Amino acid sequence: MANSLAEHLENLRETRLWRSIFRSGSGSTNLHRALAVQQNVFLHLASVKMRKQSLAFRVSWFLGTVSLGGFLLLVATGIPLMLYYHPSVPQAYADMKDLRFVVSAGLFLRNLHRWSAHAMVLLVFAHMCKVFYRGAYRPPREFNWVVGVVLLILTLLLSYTGYLLPWDQLAFWAITVGSNIMSSVPLLGARMRFLMLGGNTVNANALLRFYVLHCVILPLFAVMFIAIHFWRIRKDGGLHSGEELEP
Amino acid sequence: MTKPAESGGECANCNRRQAFIKLGAASIGVACTGAAVFGYEFLSPNVLYEPSPIVDSGKPDQYPPGTVTQDLKSGIYIVHGPEGIYAMSAVCTHLGCLTAWNTDLGIIACPCHGSKFTRDGTKIAGPAPRPLVWLRASISDDGDLLVDRSAPLERKEFVRT
Repeated sequence: MANSLAEHLENLRETRLWRSIFRSGSGSTNLHRALAVQQNVFLHLASVKMRKQSLAFRVSWFLGTVSLGGFLLLVATGIPLMLYYHPSVPQAYADMKDLRFVVSAGLFLRNLHRWSAHAMVLLVFAHMCKVFYRGAYRPPREFNWVVGVVLLILTLLLSYTGYLLPWDQLAFWAITVGSNIMSSVPLLGARMRFLMLGGNTVNANALLRFYVLHCVILPLFAVMFIAIHFWRIRKDGGLHSGEELEP
Repeated sequence: MTKPAESGGECANCNRRQAFIKLGAASIGVACTGAAVFGYEFLSPNVLYEPSPIVDSGKPDQYPPGTVTQDLKSGIYIVHGPEGIYAMSAVCTHLGCLTAWNTDLGIIACPCHGSKFTRDGTKIAGPAPRPLVWLRASISDDGDLLVDRSAPLERKEFVRT
């Protein structure tokens, strides 16, 4: 069965349709393999070749990859949640309750989203610590460290904006406190708070703004910076592997 | 795809390898089926926040004989004909627009594609394939006229007061 499956796949690779999508075609020469990576929009972010040593577990503990996994899981669970959630004052809390008690599999998706969000904050921090203590932030990777800091801030902002959406007491007071911290910024603070909340108190405008930030603006920026982050790995000569540690 | 080492023509681990491939394919199949069922269940709402199909149209004596009354909010007609009171859906059987009672002409007309009906729902003109739907009407314990919009009638039924 496995042989015939492999044959079918091989035949499929020779079809005109397949060749029109994947130009590189079949073959296991180094050139073919390199083309297959280089001509794929997702794979081309990564290096065509990488050192086996840099892929060892001890190098990275795969923390960056697992963080990406967390992000993808959050997208995959967040989009279905949007189908039952209305970001309006009368409905938000009731919708969250419905997701927990009425919608089939709603409890599972909501909890998966919530726990993945907590895990992602943890994982991104751990990733940062690992990169720091391995010295992987040093030139030529110093710019990618900065991109990573932006991604950490985006992760925290996504967490923060998502925190308001259940529209319960915890959410309301957390955002009240958080936005008041913001207003202590010299000169601009009060204005920034007013713009972020769309008013003077945490209310309908704030809920809608946080929803749009959480579901559209911040994820778009996150995807963009994740792409830059991965692309820079290739541009900076692949993952930092152990042998560079000893000068 | 790397092929297993085939030095000597025989592949020692091939049976094992194929078994694992089958196991893997089967697990993916189970996972995909589960995800499809899971997704279908999630997408089917268990509770609907839609208005009740049963409309309370008040006391029947507010519909004098010979009148056609349209309830715009619930999309029904209450007609008091010679045989008694009956209820009809105001939704056109063509493509679901809301028809309107024209008092001057004494007909029901659909603004979308020009279907016309008599006061008992029979089609006079236009593209509508069927007459307007009659709905079950009844008198509640409180003496109110109830119309069930989810219960289309096969034969004409009247409420006599």
